[in-house]
Amino acid sequence: MKEVKKSIPKIDGIGLLKGRPAYTMDFAAKDSLVIKILRSPHAFARIKNIDTKKAEYLPNVKCVLTYKNVPRNIVTRAGQGYPEPSPHDKFILDEYVRYIGDEVAVVAAEDEETALKALKLIEVEYEVLEPVLDFEKAEGHKSIIHPEKECHEMFPIGFNPTKNIAAEYNMHYGDVDEVLKGCEYVVKKTYYTHAQAHVTMEPHCSYSYMDIHGRINIISSTQTPYHVRRIVAEALGIPIEKIRVVKPRIGGGYGGKQALHGEFYTALITSITGRPSKLEYTRQEVFESSYTRHPMKIDVTMGADKEGNIKAIDMHILSNTGAYAEHALTVFMVAGSKTLPLYNKAEAVRFGGKVVYTNHTPAGAYRGYGAIQGNFALESTVDELSKMCNMDPVDFRAKNMIREKETSPIFRIMGEGTEGVDMIVESCKLDYCLDRAKEICGYEYKKKNNKSSDKVRGIGCAIAMQGSGIPAIDMGSALIKLNDQGFFNLLVGATDIGTGSDTILAQIAAEGIGVGVDKIIVYSSDTDLTPFDCGAYASSTTYVSGNAVRKAALKMRDMIIEEGAKQLGCSAMDIEFDGNMIKTKDGKEITLKELSTNLFYSKNQKQLISCESFCGEVSPPPFLTAFAEVEVDTKTGKVDLVDYTVVVDCGTPINPALARVQVEGGIVQGIGMTLFEDVKYAENGKLLNSSFLTYRIPTRMDIGKINVEFAESYDPTGPYGAKSVGEIGIDTPPAAIANAIYNAVGVRITKLPIKAEDILKALKEKEK
Amino acid sequence: MENKIKFILNGEEVEVLCSPVKRLLDVLRDDFNLSGAKEGCGKGECGACSVLIDGKLINSCLYPAQMAEGKEVLTIEGLKKSRIFEILSESFIDAGAVQCGFCTPGMIMASYALLRKNPNPTEEDIREGLSGNLCRCTGYNMIIEAVKMAAKRGEGLW
Repeated sequence: MKEVKKSIPKIDGIGLLKGRPAYTMDFAAKDSLVIKILRSPHAFARIKNIDTKKAEYLPNVKCVLTYKNVPRNIVTRAGQGYPEPSPHDKFILDEYVRYIGDEVAVVAAEDEETALKALKLIEVEYEVLEPVLDFEKAEGHKSIIHPEKECHEMFPIGFNPTKNIAAEYNMHYGDVDEVLKGCEYVVKKTYYTHAQAHVTMEPHCSYSYMDIHGRINIISSTQTPYHVRRIVAEALGIPIEKIRVVKPRIGGGYGGKQALHGEFYTALITSITGRPSKLEYTRQEVFESSYTRHPMKIDVTMGADKEGNIKAIDMHILSNTGAYAEHALTVFMVAGSKTLPLYNKAEAVRFGGKVVYTNHTPAGAYRGYGAIQGNFALESTVDELSKMCNMDPVDFRAKNMIREKETSPIFRIMGEGTEGVDMIVESCKLDYCLDRAKEICGYEYKKKNNKSSDKVRGIGCAIAMQGSGIPAIDMGSALIKLNDQGFFNLLVGATDIGTGSDTILAQIAAEGIGVGVDKIIVYSSDTDLTPFDCGAYASSTTYVSGNAVRKAALKMRDMIIEEGAKQLGCSAMDIEFDGNMIKTKDGKEITLKELSTNLFYSKNQKQLISCESFCGEVSPPPFLTAFAEVEVDTKTGKVDLVDYTVVVDCGTPINPALARVQVEGGIVQGIGMTLFEDVKYAENGKLLNSSFLTYRIPTRMDIGKINVEFAESYDPTGPYGAKSVGEIGIDTPPAAIANAIYNAVGVRITKLPIKAEDILKALKEKEK
Repeated sequence: MENKIKFILNGEEVEVLCSPVKRLLDVLRDDFNLSGAKEGCGKGECGACSVLIDGKLINSCLYPAQMAEGKEVLTIEGLKKSRIFEILSESFIDAGAVQCGFCTPGMIMASYALLRKNPNPTEEDIREGLSGNLCRCTGYNMIIEAVKMAAKRGEGLW
């Protein structure tokens, strides 16, 4: 392997460093109409009257949209494959507003100041309705959040809007109740997780213009350009061929840009006015009016026999999807499907529950995608059960966890919204990861730290798994063309959202063809020019798109050899290609540079193009073990994270430096969710943390040492052995830190974020 | 009301006709087509719009254009012609500190401001010096490494 498993710099790094125009707003034409959105001040209301005349009369206002003058097609903004597993419950604009920050009206004006002024001139009379703000009381509440007759599911997902239920799912294998009865030790706990915000540094934004053919071109900060094209066409009721979507550089996604945000409005304003238009969310809008992680209540019951074998797991979840049900079912299912297989020896497993609507900011896709919520509950419970069994929690995990060449019935039963696929885990270095992480962090010594002072240290462990794309659903494709003088264009639908996927796909292409990575020019994410890719989500790009690139590259290599043979007058069997020279055994040769130039201008003229697609039959999980070391101040309850050590099995890291940033960045987001990022609502349902000042993401001052290592691992189904690495890093901090706090001071925190006051309260109760 | 505002932008005298309270960030992006400074929050909380004014690190989203009158404004586009930028950018690339890149120009400006003041920063100094610049992608380790590297490589330059 010459070009992969190699840390080359990101191919766009230097341009980004220099601040060259790269992001959506850098490309918006100077004469773009500025779009601003009037947002609901009520958590739940019906618009009785809306008068936009005064706003429309304001000079330089071009257009005002309300639910009365926009197409009424119900869609889901989720940005998933088709048919969509999220219910269709969203209009471009509606007469009902379902959370504080929901869209009421849209203004397009020549400048921002005028647009903001116009918003104030729109007169709205609301019929204020009783909101549903407690998700545990949402089911069967007398307020029905989606009374519209058009809302529907595309296939059975347990959608029941009259009861405020967005989705319901239940599965089991074995007889959980019976097996639990026979267990020597049983733990039952309830956990709560909260509505973490993505906090991409680049706010959500979109820019549209009309081209010479009258087509709407959308430049958008999106993770899913092809889904945006499909969903905008559906919502606006215009033919899909009238839309082109281009994704430039993206200032962070983390799942927050999988769904659609401003695209409906820029596309509609441009199609009405013929003018370019732009919409950039304010930071407050990003917090209040994009979407969050799904808050969940998770009940876990787990039983083990005398010897410490986990025999049964029962996980029951109530998930809160807020006002719209984007990713409602799938995030909820992943909370089980990407955690329960970790303990595959259990004889009986039950998983199920409901996802409910409330009048809060919608929840949606977010890195970890349910797995982080499920991991917090499962891995905290595993620690509790190990204590009952009188076993060290790490030894307990080692005894029960999944191993290489094993499987779990969960793989077959649970997919994302549908059935899953059967799968043997071909690569799983969890055992190595556990041993190595223990060694790096000094677990054996640290777990027995002196616990008697005011500041007490403790250490805790958690293990995790994720997937590599959605098998049998997610498809990625790649097209490679050879140019004169021997360089290549790699065209991919895959969506680099700042992760470096353009770079690693170039490395895979170079490796496959056998040339240097400097010969590969990448162009990605343009629905007119690049081949289809489902987009950057579900940890799919390295594995799914990467496999497509590898196939296309190997095909291109074969084509080069074939054409070289023709030019040298011999059989392809007799040719060797070293990336530069095409040679026969008897000494005839031609360089790639000459061959490719001949192919354009002088001999056997043709364009060499290879195009391949990949859709996974399986989704090989990456694995990770984590150890958190904390220091708890028993006088104040304050927790400092001293050290966080992880060892990751992501198969072959195509670019170890980029893989490491993915893991470290994920860890810090997970630590943020665990210790810093609190979400508070006012009594009327208004989000109180809608700025960086009130919603605190970690700065470098907040985090201790982070150690990341990779295990030697190779998945036979991955491109050059690679599995995914984008999400797994975020999964463990909640459980590992909670377990470390338990190890330090003996109190079990079951609610996120973990706050000093909760620890102090628990310590006081323990003293009693 | 619009005023003529004169200042030195990246070493050149410039003049702009705009409202005195127009944000410097908008002046840079709209009037001078400089895309390096980014708007992350518009409230001076994230540091993506960082520039140097008379050598001091400033959030340009909170800075009224009129206040720049007669001052020296340095953005990433001005810095990038210098040896200092070469060292900083090479260190950021070598450390793998560029991820989505949105915070990066601001991070470079903050690193430069820090190293000007303190050419031999400790890890703690770097953490503190960059704590006004948020990054959500990297987990910061690589950025700290990059600044350490740059401090060493550019010895005597700061």
